[in-house]
Amino acid sequence: MIHMTINNQKVAVEDGSTILEAARKLKIRIPTLCHLDLHDIRMVNRGASCRVCVVEVEGRRNLAPSCSTPVMEGMVVTTNSLRCIQARRTIIELFLSNHPKDCLVCEKSLGCELQALAAEYHIRSIRYQGERATHPIDVSSRAIIRNMDKCIMCRRCETMCNEVQTVHVLSAINRGFDTYIAASMNMPMNESTCVFCGQCVAVCPTAALTEVSHIDNVWNALNDKNKIVVVQTAPAVRVALGEEFGEEPGTIVTGKMVAALRRLGFDKVFDTDFAADLTIMEEATEFIHRLKHGGKLPILTSCCPGWVKFFEHQFNDMLDIPSTSKSPHEMFGAIAKSYYAEKMGIPPQNICVVSVMPCLAKKYEAARPELSQDGLQNVDEVITTRELARMLKEANIDLMQLEDEDYDDPLGESTGASVIFGTTGGVIEAALRTAYEWLTNETLKKVEFHDLRGFDGIKEAVIKINDMDVKIAVAHGLGNARTLLENIREGKADYHGIEIMACPGGCIGGGGQPYHHGDINVIKKRMEGIYKEDKDKKLRKSHENPYIKKLYEEYLGEPYGERAHELLHTHYVKRKKM
Amino acid sequence: MSNVRMHLLVCGGTGCTSSDSLKLLDHLNESIKQHGLSEEVEVVVTGCFGFCEKGPIIKVYPDGVFYVSVKPEDAEDIVTEHIIKGRQIDRLLFTDPHGKGKLEGQKDLPFYKKQIRIALRNCGFIDPENIHESLAADGYKALGKCLTELTPDEVIDTVVQSGLRGRGGGGFPTGLKWKYTRKSKSKEKYIICNADEGDPGAFMDRSILEGDPHSVLEAMAIAGYAIGAEHGYIYIRAEYPLAIHRLVVAIDQARELGLLGEDILGTGFNFDIELRYGAGAFVCGEETALIHSIEGDRGEPFTKPPFPAESGVWNQPTCVNNVETLANISPIFLKGADWFRSIGTEKSPGTKVFALAGKVNNVGLVEVPMGITLREVIFNIGGGIKNNKKFKAVQTGGPSGGCITEEYLDIPIDYETLGSIGSMMGSGGMIVMDEDNCMVDIAKFYLEFTVDESCGKCTPCRIGNKRMFEIMVNIAKGKGTEQDLSDLRELGEIIKDTSLCGLGQTAPNPVLSTMKYFQDEYRAHVIEKRCPAGVCQDLLIYHILPDKCVGCTACARVCPVPCISGEVKKVHEIDQELCIKCGACFAKCKFNAIEKR
Amino acid sequence: MSRLKSLEELERIRQAAKDKLEIRTTAESEDRIMIRVGMATCGIASGARETMQAIIDELAKQNITNVSVTQTGCMGSCAREPIVEVISKEIPSVIYGHVDAKRGREIVTEHIKNGRLLQNAIISNSFDKL
Repeated sequence: MIHMTINNQKVAVEDGSTILEAARKLKIRIPTLCHLDLHDIRMVNRGASCRVCVVEVEGRRNLAPSCSTPVMEGMVVTTNSLRCIQARRTIIELFLSNHPKDCLVCEKSLGCELQALAAEYHIRSIRYQGERATHPIDVSSRAIIRNMDKCIMCRRCETMCNEVQTVHVLSAINRGFDTYIAASMNMPMNESTCVFCGQCVAVCPTAALTEVSHIDNVWNALNDKNKIVVVQTAPAVRVALGEEFGEEPGTIVTGKMVAALRRLGFDKVFDTDFAADLTIMEEATEFIHRLKHGGKLPILTSCCPGWVKFFEHQFNDMLDIPSTSKSPHEMFGAIAKSYYAEKMGIPPQNICVVSVMPCLAKKYEAARPELSQDGLQNVDEVITTRELARMLKEANIDLMQLEDEDYDDPLGESTGASVIFGTTGGVIEAALRTAYEWLTNETLKKVEFHDLRGFDGIKEAVIKINDMDVKIAVAHGLGNARTLLENIREGKADYHGIEIMACPGGCIGGGGQPYHHGDINVIKKRMEGIYKEDKDKKLRKSHENPYIKKLYEEYLGEPYGERAHELLHTHYVKRKKM
Repeated sequence: MSNVRMHLLVCGGTGCTSSDSLKLLDHLNESIKQHGLSEEVEVVVTGCFGFCEKGPIIKVYPDGVFYVSVKPEDAEDIVTEHIIKGRQIDRLLFTDPHGKGKLEGQKDLPFYKKQIRIALRNCGFIDPENIHESLAADGYKALGKCLTELTPDEVIDTVVQSGLRGRGGGGFPTGLKWKYTRKSKSKEKYIICNADEGDPGAFMDRSILEGDPHSVLEAMAIAGYAIGAEHGYIYIRAEYPLAIHRLVVAIDQARELGLLGEDILGTGFNFDIELRYGAGAFVCGEETALIHSIEGDRGEPFTKPPFPAESGVWNQPTCVNNVETLANISPIFLKGADWFRSIGTEKSPGTKVFALAGKVNNVGLVEVPMGITLREVIFNIGGGIKNNKKFKAVQTGGPSGGCITEEYLDIPIDYETLGSIGSMMGSGGMIVMDEDNCMVDIAKFYLEFTVDESCGKCTPCRIGNKRMFEIMVNIAKGKGTEQDLSDLRELGEIIKDTSLCGLGQTAPNPVLSTMKYFQDEYRAHVIEKRCPAGVCQDLLIYHILPDKCVGCTACARVCPVPCISGEVKKVHEIDQELCIKCGACFAKCKFNAIEKR
Repeated sequence: MSRLKSLEELERIRQAAKDKLEIRTTAESEDRIMIRVGMATCGIASGARETMQAIIDELAKQNITNVSVTQTGCMGSCAREPIVEVISKEIPSVIYGHVDAKRGREIVTEHIKNGRLLQNAIISNSFDKL
């Protein structure tokens, strides 16, 4: 242990700690801006570039960045001297001197970390004026808007994109005052190898990175008398939406969310969970088919559009191993515009499918040309959890004051297996619950596969099914996915099935979720919420969903059959590596 | 026995080659061939002699005659007169500006008299592309000694005892750096030679690499042996093609002789060196940024600790030494640490190479003992101020050093003293300014350089220095206020206090030091809207003197605006509102009737 | 050139290299002595070449390394050719006349090695001028 003094208070901390960590132990707040420590997912931004967290260290010539200065025995630190405060104030003023200052109309107003800091330091004038760096706004992609005028060069997005996700799209170019973050080769985002996981947006402290909003489109659709607007909600949304209304992370607001969506004017409120059960029917069948017929193994899950685009770029020599199943919300769209439309006698072109997703890549996915039927996209609009909250606020709907309501039939019923799609490990666990019973013809007693749960980057389990040891691996975060896939490519791994989710933690940590502002516990609590929702469900295996059974009986026929293929499966595109 | 009776040394440094020394070389070779002297005379291309002001330089052995400003046309005379007839060519000898006539030998020149050449010992003496000449000058002797007679700890002790300090600017004791790197436990360690010389005007590292590359390779091998590293990198900027070429040749030759590679001299010690090219970013001279650049990442510094000695390139313990520092290593082992300590001052032993530039008569590269005064360097070695102008200031330490005034000319040059008066040693740039230099303009120039060269990582350097520069531009335009002066001072101090790396921490120095020593000049710009040195264009006023103007209309005809009115043979007048201060009228007037204020 | 396998091998090639560089190292050494032989037409006609060869040869024989032998033009005393000038730190210039090969060898042995001037052959010296 290292003994030191901060602001005249003594503290003992572990060797290797930073001054910031030591100060937090004493409950002394040191403001930070570029710093972000999500070490559970290996996202540690310790570039010490913003210099907001500088403190005085006795015997040191200049101020020390507390976020990255290791503690030393006998160190004497002052965090709130006039010298520190003036330095911080000046740094904030310098930031503001190069910032658009359109806070009133900014996308991140009241959610911006720079704005909060300026308020905390009571900045009332900006002494230094001068040139403001301006860059064209990149609106080329369907998911992410990059407005570098609002960038403060904290480099969190860069760390996330390169070190955690290993997508290697974002990096700083130019130097000095002209430095800014660009997509690789300074290309527009839509031409880059960006997979639109949105993790850069999730960690951006300002409005430099935001989502492409579909709110207006949704309002217009709701206002269009000729449209039947059906909405579906992804599993991870129900455990996070409450945060936007002051609730603790992980609070389950499923019933209130359904009620709120009805009040917004959606004609039908359905659940992506239903389609998740459908996905399991297809994927588990495909898995068993490959196991029995010597098909390509391992099978990779394909629910995550960020992951799909990632392997299309980075592992484009292995396009034959992912499952061909569409992602759940796309399956939902396909069923809504075929089975449901027929059943209700609505022309499919009059149905508008809106997805509420924790994800930015879903916005991109919805526009993929192959995810369509007869010239109609399976899904029309995608809004994020954050956008839904904004719509509710615009409509003056106070979520937490509503009484719980139920989803509509027939696409609203779901099992616990589908709920856990929202977290890392959940998809493969759901698939195993079904595959086990189908392969063994026995009832699975212990439905929870604890080896596949939790925050480890790569999780492994061997499941005994009949005489066979089925080897399973789970990865979340694309860096972990890359490791796993490289092992497979090099023949170092012999798994049967692999689940991959692009975002750390899975969909609960998606790029469209309420901002966690660097607190990993937010994501952990959402995970608890997901597993609780599963536990409380009467039905916990997808193949037990009565509406799914009915769907196959009435319309699809066999899982993995001809009709299912046409509506519920897709193919992949070989994309450039760089 | 060889018939060679004469060696003709031709400077092949970058300075001399750019003033045609290669053409001179061709002419010499041709003439020697024509006169059938190829067997008797050997022409050798060497590295820089340092006296670049008077290049190209030829030195004739065995006489030791030193010719300056030699043109390709002079080749024939050198051959027919000097080589054949044994007659010195007076017109090519250096003329003593103090009237002592023609000076024949190199050591007679005032430029060389006070110099002690340790780092530059072989520059201008050997052929850098021939390892045998380096061997003849005791190259690799120190390495042989270290490998066979000394343990790594003894090697480090010798360097510690010598008191050698980093010549790249920081002045950190080299021996301690080696010691710390040796102490770090790891299988892989690295020694890096920092050859990313970036200070404007500084070229000592380039000259050493061009003139004596083996001295650096040898020192790296010694350092490798001392710290336990088998790999060395030389990080050199790609804009140094000649130095790169000479290094490539030297490394190949050293490998061929087994002085690099495996089992060096049968001692079991393995060491090899790779070159890494920098793209010319100034900040890559900062060791952590340099390490990033070697790894293929953007050249940005990172926070220390951890220091490279603990975790450097590829996260392994790494020792980064600059070229000049390394060039001092072998002599320390051959002549002893005590010998080294006997030169220079107690806290800063040895010599320092300076690139003398600016308004001084003898521009060039000089190696002087630490503790020498600025006055001796500028007035004795440098030969004083050009055109008998008045000395105003000298800027040391590169773009982020400070300006030193007349009153400090007699202080000894060493790390501490320069630091104590708001400047620094830096890598050894020394730029002399005279009464015609405007200090606001100078400070603005240096700040512009660091603003351009900032990596953009940390806020104070990226935005703060830019804001300081903008204020400086305003002051130079006559738009400055007294508030600007206090803002500059405050902002400058905070940038120094909060920037991430040495570049940002020192960038405000030129402004702060000139504000301190030339306050009146700043106030003249801000309050009187006047540039006393007549440099800041926007503050100049061109004015026609009625008693001198003859009304020739020449000024009015060259004025591009036009803002000069007046009838023929009558006094003209400049409309100050319209004048763009281009100075065309001033240059054109034959009657000195236009005054510049 | 093959790889050097020991310190001895390094020192061996260093010595060879040093020999080649002697013209320069000698000139730069602190106690350097310079012998200039008048090698204009008059000198050559009187046998200056042979004198120079003899001096160089004798220096090598006696293993004297701090002497640069160089040639110079007509010294303006053609009658006393071959003329040889010896310049050292202590005595800036001593000029000998009628230096044939034999006297050349004497200069090496007496003046250079033993520090004794060949008094009867001196035609001019710098201390005259003092």
